[in-house]
Amino acid sequence: MANLTPELEAERKRICKIAKDCGLDCFETIFELISYDQISQFASYGGFPVRYPHWKFGMEYEQLSKSYEYGLSKIYEMVINTDPCYAYLMEGNSMMDQKLVMAHVYGHCDFFKNNIWFSKTNRKMIDQMANHATRVRRYIDRYGYDEVERFIDTCLSLENLIDRHSILNGPPKMTEPKPAINKSEQFMFKVEKSYMKNYINPPDKVADQKAKQFEIDSQKPEFPAEPVRDILSFLIHYAPLEDWQQDILTIIRDESYYFAPQGMTKTLNEGWASYWHSYMMTRHILNDSEIIDFADHHSGTMFMQMGGYNPYKVGIELFRDIEERWNKGQFGREWEQCDDVRERKNWDKKTGLGREKIFEVRKLYNDVNFIDEYLTEDFCVRNRMFVYKLNKETNQFEVDTRDFKAIKAQLLFQMTNFGQPIIKIENANFENRGELLLHHVHEGLDLQPNYMDATMQNMYKIWKRPLNLVTLMDNEPQLFRYDGTEYTRHSLGDEKKSEPEQREFPKS
Amino acid sequence: MAIREDQSRFKSIIKGKVRDDFKRYVTNGELIGRREDEFVKIPIPRIDIPTFRYGPKQNEQGVGQGDGDKGDGQGGKPGPGKGEAGDQAGEHMIEVEISMEELAEILGEKLELPKIQPKGAKNIFTEKNKYTGIAPVGPEGLRKFKQTYKKALARYISSGTYNPQDPAIIPIRRDFQYRTVKKTQMPYTKAVVIYMMDVSGSMGDEQKEIVRLESFWINTWLKKHYKGLETRFIIHDASAKEVDEDTFFKTSESGGTLISSAYKLCQQMIQSEYSSSEWNIYPFHFSDGDNWSGEDTRLCLTLLREFFLPHVNVFSYGQVESKYGSGQFLKDLQKEFGTDERLTLSQIEGRDKILSSIKDFLGKGK
Repeated sequence: MANLTPELEAERKRICKIAKDCGLDCFETIFELISYDQISQFASYGGFPVRYPHWKFGMEYEQLSKSYEYGLSKIYEMVINTDPCYAYLMEGNSMMDQKLVMAHVYGHCDFFKNNIWFSKTNRKMIDQMANHATRVRRYIDRYGYDEVERFIDTCLSLENLIDRHSILNGPPKMTEPKPAINKSEQFMFKVEKSYMKNYINPPDKVADQKAKQFEIDSQKPEFPAEPVRDILSFLIHYAPLEDWQQDILTIIRDESYYFAPQGMTKTLNEGWASYWHSYMMTRHILNDSEIIDFADHHSGTMFMQMGGYNPYKVGIELFRDIEERWNKGQFGREWEQCDDVRERKNWDKKTGLGREKIFEVRKLYNDVNFIDEYLTEDFCVRNRMFVYKLNKETNQFEVDTRDFKAIKAQLLFQMTNFGQPIIKIENANFENRGELLLHHVHEGLDLQPNYMDATMQNMYKIWKRPLNLVTLMDNEPQLFRYDGTEYTRHSLGDEKKSEPEQREFPKS
Repeated sequence: MAIREDQSRFKSIIKGKVRDDFKRYVTNGELIGRREDEFVKIPIPRIDIPTFRYGPKQNEQGVGQGDGDKGDGQGGKPGPGKGEAGDQAGEHMIEVEISMEELAEILGEKLELPKIQPKGAKNIFTEKNKYTGIAPVGPEGLRKFKQTYKKALARYISSGTYNPQDPAIIPIRRDFQYRTVKKTQMPYTKAVVIYMMDVSGSMGDEQKEIVRLESFWINTWLKKHYKGLETRFIIHDASAKEVDEDTFFKTSESGGTLISSAYKLCQQMIQSEYSSSEWNIYPFHFSDGDNWSGEDTRLCLTLLREFFLPHVNVFSYGQVESKYGSGQFLKDLQKEFGTDERLTLSQIEGRDKILSSIKDFLGKGK
């Protein structure tokens, strides 16, 4: 498969050996030399050679290939988390660039193989994706392009509604039976002649039955018993879908879960790969003539733009910081309790545990607990970090604060759930009418209203019963409802609590 | 490559969006400003798959690195998109490039315009030279390397002298292949559009903008049917002169209006340069319908009847509504010619009517 030139192949062997000597533990890695057009294609397919047909890949491709042609951006490196690992080199890059990419890729490879969040991913995903493509094409043949495309659009709209926590446990098993929707007044007999009404269904009997029914309803267990984060799986199990639709939704969910760990470990992964490319390049790989180019390229990658977060930069700096601290023994109770600035500055217990520690970090952490545990005040001060905010008057970003807690809170917020809102299914038989009640766990930011509206309409297409979403909008608890034709909002303010529509809220 | 399929699907979705919103683009002058050779750039809302996501505030805050105190500007500006108060945020626009040809197609579909039947000239063919042939002899400058190589390779393989270890191929004399001329018959159609516009005092900026938009779209449509379409521009008030495109749309004169002056100049132009047996001729005249005198109008009518209508494909007159114009000329034409097929009349009350007016002009398929 690999089609490297003899020069590149020689370098690859050398770099592979160096990586191994550094302690990196990779899957076999296959490099392919491809043209920019191919790399744009693979990149728009998320790194894979074959995906199901969909215009979003076409849009991605259009943007990537255009921005390359106009010289606005260039993809240097791409690597797929499979076993063996596939990575791509671009034709026409300089030798130094190719070596840099290879060193970087071995870092990623080691990370994919060893980080715990990847322990459950399907390492044969290339085949799996190709199977997905075949299945979708088969449905297209049977049900028509437009029909299938419309359904995929709908599914993609819900793509991010998965539960990151079940990455390690595998998809949740949903075995509860879906409660039947109660048709009102089932206990009434059919009356054909209206004058017989009161004889066939005596009013007092009916009232009696109603009360009983109400009792039964109110004792019915909640469905689902616990709020559900994995909305996609829930819909796959309980929504009234045709077989092919269920299969497509499953495809979207599986792909979503496949990509999830990469989103969860972006900073860690890029930091790790950058740490190792820098380490290996400067110590073992570069020759004298390449050092300037390398420095230029490396610093370009590490540059932290104003108004943008650079995972490469934060990642590599944190890894270096951790290594230094554990080399000098700057951890543990004694270190934490020491207040003497001078003593802290010269603290060196020569523990030499740094290398071991960073390998441990790359194994056990994801971005959230990585930042939570290793982002220290010293680190923020040394790296001159700050929180910026948009000044609406000047329409410019301004430094807001250099307070350590604020920086950390901001970073953690950005990373929790990939910076995406957390939405749960609270009740799938809301008001005993088979309606869906969703709850947005508000963490300081409102949802984008027009997108929320459109997404709910898409979810309705799958659930086929009215949807309700509780969220905080403009500092006011509100319930948004879409019943298939109309989109309404109801305030959940205290004074209106008595209205039947809102009697179950707010819920903790 | 499978990506091509997705890409063309994406492009057809885009084109559908342009089609849905076509009227807005027609009446909006900025599109013409974005013309680049054969392409126009059209801003359309980014097509997006909706998901639950945070509102615009998400991008207003983040972590950065560097010097500066509280309140110091960071220079960076938030992404594109005008942040007007109360405006719907998050509407990203992307620009798509659409070729004039495609644009003309959309115009045609939208207005259900018939294909133009070039008049006469059907049997006139020209011979054109195209370098599509291959010959064993020719000048070195036209040597086709690939074909030569293939030929040589074939010779090596068939003679059994090809050595994969040393795959050098040395072509000999009889391997060489050259491009050569092939004569092709091309149907021969020539077309000229002559735009005439009244620039007298009563034609305001808005009226001229309407003419500009309308002529742009007419040009687009005609260009699709006639390769190498010629365009000429004539402005007139009491006297007429030929100008270039730029001047045509920018000039504003004052004074009286003698429509016949323009018609006479146009007549000269046609007589001297565009013989009607060879050329498809499309004169367009735009004015606010005011003419100096009834006598001049009569002269125009005579010119039309005796010269223009027999010689041109179709003569089009567009009357742009203006505060000052009486609109008399249109009525005179209607009275005189009634429903003559060779004359199209259109009244353009405002920007909204541009599309229907284009339909008036081009709907006959002539």
